Parts: sequence; C-alpha cells; structure tokens
Amino acid sequence: MGKAALEVTGASHTFHSGGSNELLALNDVNLSLEAGSFVVVIGLNGSGKSTLLNAIAGALYPLDRGKICIAGKDVTRWPEHRRAGLIGRVFQNPFTGSAEELTIAQHLALAARRGRRADFRLALDKSTREASEARVLGLSMGLEDRLETPMGALSGGQRQALTLLMATMVRPTVLLLDEHTAALDPRSAEQVLRVTQELVTRELLTTLMVTHSLQQAVRLGDRVIMMHRGRVVHDISGARKRRLRVDDLLDYLDEVRSAEMLDESAAEMLRRMYV
Amino acid sequence: MNLLAGSITIGLLISLLALGVFVSYRVFDILDISVDGAFGVGAAVAIVLVVRGHAPLIATMVATLAGVAAGVATGVMSTRFRIQVLLAGILTTTALYSGNLYIMGGGDLAIAGKPTLFSEATALLHLAAPHLDGVTIAGTTVPASQFAALGMMLLLVGAISAGLRQFFRTHLGLAMRAAGRNPQMSRALGIDVGTTTILGLALANGLIALSGALFAEYQGFANVQMGIGMMVTGLAAVIMGEAALGRHTIGRRIVGAAAGAVVFRLLVAGALWLGLDPNALKLVTAIFVFGSLVVPGLLKRGAQAVSHG
Repeated sequence: MGKAALEVTGASHTFHSGGSNELLALNDVNLSLEAGSFVVVIGLNGSGKSTLLNAIAGALYPLDRGKICIAGKDVTRWPEHRRAGLIGRVFQNPFTGSAEELTIAQHLALAARRGRRADFRLALDKSTREASEARVLGLSMGLEDRLETPMGALSGGQRQALTLLMATMVRPTVLLLDEHTAALDPRSAEQVLRVTQELVTRELLTTLMVTHSLQQAVRLGDRVIMMHRGRVVHDISGARKRRLRVDDLLDYLDEVRSAEMLDESAAEMLRRMYV
Repeated sequence: MNLLAGSITIGLLISLLALGVFVSYRVFDILDISVDGAFGVGAAVAIVLVVRGHAPLIATMVATLAGVAAGVATGVMSTRFRIQVLLAGILTTTALYSGNLYIMGGGDLAIAGKPTLFSEATALLHLAAPHLDGVTIAGTTVPASQFAALGMMLLLVGAISAGLRQFFRTHLGLAMRAAGRNPQMSRALGIDVGTTTILGLALANGLIALSGALFAEYQGFANVQMGIGMMVTGLAAVIMGEAALGRHTIGRRIVGAAAGAVVFRLLVAGALWLGLDPNALKLVTAIFVFGSLVVPGLLKRGAQAVSHG
C-alpha cells in the first residue's frame, strides 16, 4: 500500500462546449486510489462515471483540465495506446473488447504483449500458447480446448470473461471495468463477476469498477464512490463500506434524484416566467 | 494455348493487386481508392527507369517504393489529419494523375526494346535451356518468352502470398488485423492504430504498385490511364476468392485473393473471346462487384421470407 496507484487531480471536461446541449461531464474530480484497492463507482445515467473511466484510459483525450497520474507517472499527455501499458480495460459491450474473426489464442497473444512494441516474431509461439492455455484453464469455463475458436462463435459471457483475462494477462497498474456485466444475462453476469473477484483478489489488482448495480457496489470492493453531475458526491470506505447496505445507496440516489427534480421544476418555473 | 498462358500471366499480375486490395479492404475494412493511383505510379516509375537504362530489378523496386509512399500519403491524411479515408484516397489518386504525367513526360511511354524483368527471365531460361524456343502443348507452341513470364509470375505470386501469410502471423501482422477489425479493443491493448493503419496502407499500395510495374513491363508500355478502375478489378478478385475458398483462415483468404484474380482474368479473356465488346469490360466488372455485394443479402432475405412465409 502507500503510494497512490492512480491519482486524478482537478479533472474537468465539457462536451459540446458552447453548443445548446453543452454538458459539464466532469466537474473538478479529485480521486486517489491506493495500490491494491478495489473501488466501485456508482451514479445515475449521465453522472460522469464512464466519462471518468474514459478520461483515465485516454479514450477521452485531451482532457479540458486536470491531471492524471498512474503509479507516479503523469500520463495526462499520453495517448490511449501508450497508457494501455499501465491500464487493463474491460468494456460494457462484449463486442468492444474482442474481434469476431480472431481466435481466442490470437487475442491472448495480443494481450500478452500489451504495452510492448509489435515486432516480426511469430505471435503464437509455443510458450505463448502454453501460457494462454493455463490462463484459460483458470477460468474453468471449458474454453481451454477451444483456443483456435474465433471469438465470434462465443457467448457474450465467455467473451467478457476472456476480455477480463486479456486485461490482466500483463499485470495492469490499474484495472478499469466499465459496467462490464451490464450487457450480460444474469447467469453470465454472475460468472463474470466471480472471475473478476478471483482475479482481483488473487493478483491484488488496483481496480476501478463502474456499475449500475447497487448489489454489486455493496458486495464488491473496499470503497464506493458515487458521482453526480460530474462530481464525486459520496466517498465511502473502511468500516462504513463494510456496513453499507443497498438501502443506504438507494437513499443517496434518492437524495440526488430529488435535488435533480427540484432543479428541473425551478428551471421550468424560470422558463415559464421568462420565455 | 498461347492465349491461355497469356491470360494466366496477366491474371497473376493482377493477383499482386488483389493481394494489396485484400490488405486494405479486408484486413483494414478500408475502401482505399489510392489503388488506382498506386497502380499507375508503379507502371510509370518502372517504365521511365527502364527506358533511362536502369536495371529492371532496380526499376521495379523503386516503383514499388513509390506505391509505398502513396499508401503512406493516404494513411497520414486519414489518420493524422482526420480526412475521410475515401477522400484521402481520391486526393492521392488525383494528385498522382498529374504526378504520373510528369514522371512519364506525357500520357504514354513505351520501353522501346529496353530489357525488362520478363526479358531477363527469358534470357535466364535460355541460359538454362539453350535450345528451347517454345513448348508445344496440345498442338500449339507457347514461346519461351511466354513460358518464362508465366514461370516468373507463378514463383513471385507464390513467394509473396507465402510471405504475406507469414507476416500476418507475426506480432505486427496480428496487430494489423486487430487494428483493422476492432480499433477500440486494439487501443486498449496498446496498439497504435494510426501508425498501424499507415503501415498497412503502405504494404497494400506497395503490392499494388509492384503489380502496376510488372504489368507495364509485361505489356511493354505505361499509360497514364492504366490505373483507372483497378480498384474495382481488385475487389472483384477478392470477392471471387472468398466465394471459392471462404473466409476461414488468413492463408486461405490470401490464396483466394491471388487465385481469384487469375479466375477473374480467365473469365474476362473468355468473355472477350466470345465477342464481348472490350469497351464494356469495366462496366461488366462494376456490375459484377455490385451484384456480388448485393445478391447474397437479397438471397438471405429471400430465404428468410420463404421460411417465415
């Protein structure tokens, strides 16, 4: 523990700046993740959870304002592919994290080289194959005999579990999970969650997971942060996190929702008066 | 028989073009119109250098590099300057039209008896078999030059196909396939999608320029118009290859593209022999590509309508 694995300082970002649908997606976000911590991010739709993840990963680049440091390195000016050397990522949509026509083995071979320059050596040599097989065996999903199967032939849950494996094939300094079970059926979601928990615990990975499931937020991780309108409005850790129940989170969400409603009605009133 | 050997040779020349189109269109899913310009610049550079007395091998290699440069230009325009790739290709091809006129100093240029890779191959064949003037098959004689050209192209297309297949199994080749199929995933895996795309278009247009260079050397002249429509010819070959060999492994797809070009050329020769107006050739090719893109979808919809009806 000790040094921060991830440090976001004063991150702000506006979409459609200057337009009629201008949106302040991140509003001076400050967040520090200790090495080995597992932080769950919740919030209503449009609260900025995914934007925060994209800002960290570099998919949202350049950021309007703020600084992002990973393991002490200032990566604010690094493009996405360069940050990938430090970050493992799993997306919401299983189709985003894998390519249909490439095989499981090919995906793992690519993942095994995350952060290193591609060269002219054969991608699927014997040692890579063996390492891949061992990792896939660890999933206990029966995929170890199907390494030559194209990803397109697998289910969403299988693809998502493999993407998780890919994201952690090279140990990431930070693992980013963006609602990675949201697009799955309940059984697959449970399976992927189990794999997530196993990997994160076994490898002591610093993890930032966005979810809309309050059950997941309560069950997983050692810290929950709630975002609203681009800000961190709740930050719960330690003993408070261990005592946390779904009802508490529902209360928090109701709070921001009613605040939202108040805003809407106030805006409506102003509109009626002035427009 | 002579016509057949000639058609297969031209088909093999087109195979290199088809392999280039396969790289940009299938590996990267990019409709790269620089094909037309790259084919033309390959032809122009090769003929000019041969005419000026440079060794045919050097001329062909420099011509290939000119295609590589054209691919880099299109790639840089699309990935670094965010110009739509279709427009980037059109810009490259349009610019190269003027470029090719300058390179050749006019619209046409003939080799005027200077040696080409094909004449050198023939000389080599004569060296190996001094008394061979031709090979008689089924009553007709295929001249030694035709025989040498066919042999050289078979070797070259075979070697390049094998090399390409091997390349796509390396880390860089696999990164290219990933970047082409799923850029978002690729970035998350640390692949520089922009640079990889530029390298891919460089490879594709290098192959296409090589095709143009050899085509011009084979027919003995370059013409500023000769690149026009080559993109569609390449697409037709790739589509034919997929129809015949499927889309399973990268090796089969590469062989499919190369063989598709030969089959396509044989069909063209057959159609011309049966009396097709040569002026209608590009029209028929375009209709073929349109049909092969649309008909499978229509058949599927038809089958669904039947099963639901």
